[in-house]
Amino acid sequence: MSSSSPPAGAASAAISASEKVDGFTRKSVRKAQRQKRSQGSSQFRSQGSQAELHPLPQLKDATSNEQQELFCQKLQQCCILFDFMDSVSDLKSKEIKRATLNELVEYVSTNRGVIVESAYSDIVKMISANIFRTLPPSDNPDFDPEEDEPTLEASWPHIQLVYEFFLRFLESPDFQPSIAKRFIDQKFVQQLLELFDSEDPRERDFLKTVLHRIYGKFLGLRAFIRKQINNIFLRFIYETEHFNGVAELLEILGSIINGFALPLKAEHKQFLMKVLIPMHTAKGLALFHAQLAYCVVQFLEKDTTLTEPVIRGLLKFWPKTCSQKEVMFLGEIEEILDVIEPTQFKKIEEPLFKQISKCVSSSHFQVAERALYFWNNEYILSLIEENIDKILPIMFASLYKISKEHWNQTIVALVYNVLKTLMEMNGKLFDDLTSSYKAERQREKKKELEREELWKKLEELKLKKVLENQNSTYSTDSILSTTSAE
Amino acid sequence: MAGAAGPGAGPAAAGGDGDDSLYPIAVLIDELRNEDVQLRLNSIKKLSTIALALGVERTRTELLPFLTDTIYDEDEVLLALAEQLGNFTGLVGGPDFAHCLLPPLESLATVEETVVRDKAVESLRQISQEHTPIALEAHFVPLVKRLASGDWFTSRTSACGLFSVCYPRASNAVKAEIRQHFRSLCSDDTPMVRRAAASKLGEFAKVLELASVKSEIVPLFTNLASDEQDSVRLLAVEACVSIAQLLSQDDLEALVMPTLRQAAEDKSWRVRYMVADKFSELQKAVGPKITLNDLIPAFQNLLKDCEAEVRAAAAHKVKELCENLPIEGRETTIMNQILPYIKELVSDTNQHVKSALASVIMGLSTILGKENTIEHLLPLFLAQLKDECPEVRLNIISNLDCVNEVIGIRQLSQSLLPAIVELAEDAKWRVRLAIIEYMPLLASQLGVEFFDEKLNSLCMAWLVDHVYAIREAATNNLMKLVQKFGTEWAQNTIVPKVLVMANDPNYLHRMTTLFCINALSETCGQEITTKQMLPIVLKMAGDQVANVRFNVAKSLQKIGPILDTNALQGEVKPVLQKLGQDEDMDVKYFAQEAISVVAQRLRKLDFPVKDSEVPRAPGAEKNHFLRPRVPGEDTGKGPTYRLHVNTRDTLVQLEIAELVHFSQSRD
Repeated sequence: MSSSSPPAGAASAAISASEKVDGFTRKSVRKAQRQKRSQGSSQFRSQGSQAELHPLPQLKDATSNEQQELFCQKLQQCCILFDFMDSVSDLKSKEIKRATLNELVEYVSTNRGVIVESAYSDIVKMISANIFRTLPPSDNPDFDPEEDEPTLEASWPHIQLVYEFFLRFLESPDFQPSIAKRFIDQKFVQQLLELFDSEDPRERDFLKTVLHRIYGKFLGLRAFIRKQINNIFLRFIYETEHFNGVAELLEILGSIINGFALPLKAEHKQFLMKVLIPMHTAKGLALFHAQLAYCVVQFLEKDTTLTEPVIRGLLKFWPKTCSQKEVMFLGEIEEILDVIEPTQFKKIEEPLFKQISKCVSSSHFQVAERALYFWNNEYILSLIEENIDKILPIMFASLYKISKEHWNQTIVALVYNVLKTLMEMNGKLFDDLTSSYKAERQREKKKELEREELWKKLEELKLKKVLENQNSTYSTDSILSTTSAE
Repeated sequence: MAGAAGPGAGPAAAGGDGDDSLYPIAVLIDELRNEDVQLRLNSIKKLSTIALALGVERTRTELLPFLTDTIYDEDEVLLALAEQLGNFTGLVGGPDFAHCLLPPLESLATVEETVVRDKAVESLRQISQEHTPIALEAHFVPLVKRLASGDWFTSRTSACGLFSVCYPRASNAVKAEIRQHFRSLCSDDTPMVRRAAASKLGEFAKVLELASVKSEIVPLFTNLASDEQDSVRLLAVEACVSIAQLLSQDDLEALVMPTLRQAAEDKSWRVRYMVADKFSELQKAVGPKITLNDLIPAFQNLLKDCEAEVRAAAAHKVKELCENLPIEGRETTIMNQILPYIKELVSDTNQHVKSALASVIMGLSTILGKENTIEHLLPLFLAQLKDECPEVRLNIISNLDCVNEVIGIRQLSQSLLPAIVELAEDAKWRVRLAIIEYMPLLASQLGVEFFDEKLNSLCMAWLVDHVYAIREAATNNLMKLVQKFGTEWAQNTIVPKVLVMANDPNYLHRMTTLFCINALSETCGQEITTKQMLPIVLKMAGDQVANVRFNVAKSLQKIGPILDTNALQGEVKPVLQKLGQDEDMDVKYFAQEAISVVAQRLRKLDFPVKDSEVPRAPGAEKNHFLRPRVPGEDTGKGPTYRLHVNTRDTLVQLEIAELVHFSQSRD
């Protein structure tokens, strides 16, 4: 499915060969290239010759029966788009449109009774004409949202006002979803969701609020919106690994999950297990981890029986090489433990603490430190204490080893405290483990040797088979040759 | 492995009680339960060993069910498993039993992780070929159908890749069913599935009967090409290439072209990009008539697209497009319909577009001939040679040979020179590196006179560049130049300048002399090497910098094969022996290595032994230096080779013994 995203290859192939001989100056070269900070959209190509705008009279000066007509004229006028990449063209018209948009925003937010049924069509048309566009190719083919400055939307001076208008429209007391649903339909929402990939954070922020309002007001679109977000996420996880608006969509989902009725539908549980949990594998997790963890915890607060599959899921996707992500996972585990029920805790304590024991002995001190901080959490401590006879044997070897071997003094000090706490919880078990520590190590070593032994034997067995086979073919061969000789 | 769970211990212990046949499965079970992923991975990777040890029957009855049941592991393990199973047919008893492999692969084809799924599909495709037609219908087709109607999108996505492998060998009734399933996947609710179907549409079309292509594939294609998601639409463009190849001109015009025209003007630049990127394939697939009527206008639009990405992709295809136009009327078409747009692109605002064009534009000269090139293309070349972006200039220079064939490079040389000089002094070393690599080409195009006059000094200046990569490239460049212009030229122009650098106060420059000698000696031949180069090298053995000294040792080893016995015996050997007692460890090491190689050479000169390999010097296995092969050395393994093996080995042993003794005496 790699072929589904040619654009990245497009521009990266165009990066000069002389600059990508090796990796290390590329970023600087790339940064230097980018003087242009904002980008246009693909929207202009469809337009023919540019019409010049002529100012219409002010709405407030019109009589009340003219107002409606003028309102619609102004909406239609604002459907005309301008090229902001060209900063000198149509200056006058651009200014007229800006002023008109401002006037429209004020008009719908300060006046009552202006959003009449006949205006809906023009309003939605104006919004669609301005915001729906194919997002242009990223200026920077290897855009790294964590490191690089985003490219900003050039036509923001207009688009911002359109979004502003859209929001005031949705939030107006006169707004009637039953009429609007004829215009704000699935296709509209689909296009709106695509805009979440915008590189401009200001636009995504508006979109977030807009989508949230739409989800709140249009009951008939809710399932559709969830499904489309689902698809966006799946594509993000399994196909492109790139979508700028993940954090914003998750934020909306956080409040959606909050409102789920109990018992949870199978659809929602599937979303948790098959979308949100795998999402932890994404490369840019840092950009949306807070929102993601919030969603996960929301689910667990709704339905505690999900705790076990969620934690097992997280353990399955536990980062192997990325320490930064490991710290995030530990943070999320702590958030989950904060709300866990003791009965659920018992179900996952064993696999979970095996992982934690690996983390405390991580040579990356931030990982070790983050895991050891669990022992500062009163609730977690109480859970550990209740299950000390299970947890101590799992944790003991790692803690004991790092108390002697870890390079970082802070970690060693933390480990001493943890060991002390654990000892106080069950002194006898602690002593037993201390005295059997060496024997345990030796048994492990022996097991290791045994395994090697097993593989060796297996190898021999295979050889024997091969030899047998060869012998049998050899003997047939020789029989054949003797027969032919005769 | 603290507190490792118990259940694994049983089978392992069972393996120890003498019954050999229990071993493999016991080991596997034990290892697959290990907590360490790496160990689980190891055991999966040795699955064929286990299967071989078990024999075909037990592999079928025990191993495969076990694997089918235990698929819940980490993706990395699953990936290895999916790959292994693709090559398992032999291990389960050959094609008659290939269907035994389907259940585990079917589960793998439904997992979330794309790489695992793709690998499972790949393995399934492989195995499908091993099925008999009966087994295919009895086992494989039902599997495809199950996947195609799976609940979660993953299995449906996987199914898309399997239709084309089972269709050709299925019976007519089954074929109809397969087509039906493919149709429904093309209009699946999930975009992921539609994308998978769209990407396999072309492949599937190729195995279908022509009537079905027209009646079924074309409507599917039309639908996918107008999908609401641009990621689906752009995949339909790829499919278009395969479909177009199957249809007659009339059908093409009626069934495919409306959709293709629409794709070329799609509102999403990604789709337009795809059209531009696949342009040559499309052009070949639709044939000359439609190309002239439809594709050329579409191409013109792509060349002036509002997105630079699309323009660049189209610019890349300019040459191929022109080349593939029907010869008759080609020149007119290009001159009237393509060239005006190209002229625009030369001054495009985007450097990627310009450099894409620069990488192909020179190719047009052979197509358009001398006069057109001089009149129309030359101004464009010259403009691009002055472009502000170095890559544009480089791309022009790198393709000079195309123009040279048509109009001779002289036309360009006046503009060429400033461009080259500027690139040669570019602040970015990678730009300098790139231009160096074109020097041999330029030299052969421009001729020795022009070169001596204008470019020689540049080539020498690079030898003292402050970036090693440039100095290294400059050294290789000299060698290539000598190969072009001959040894006499080298003796007069290059060698003296190189040798002067041996006295440079900067040791890096002194080393460059050595590197140049390494590169040039073979091409320059024995006389120049012995008379001019060797004395300098030998003199440098007394350099105060150790790096220079051990490079002297390396150089002597390198040029040894070119020298005659007297020089080796009388001059090289004493110097190397002296270096072999150097106080610096590295100098000593390389000197000893060189001694053994030189000694080898000496012995061979005295007593020619035919062998295929120079014996390794002590410690040489640590280094992977390319050892020079003695010119004229015979690699053939005639009877002489065998006769002399023993002698040679003894000699080598003696040699080593001597060396060991030699170095010990020093310590």
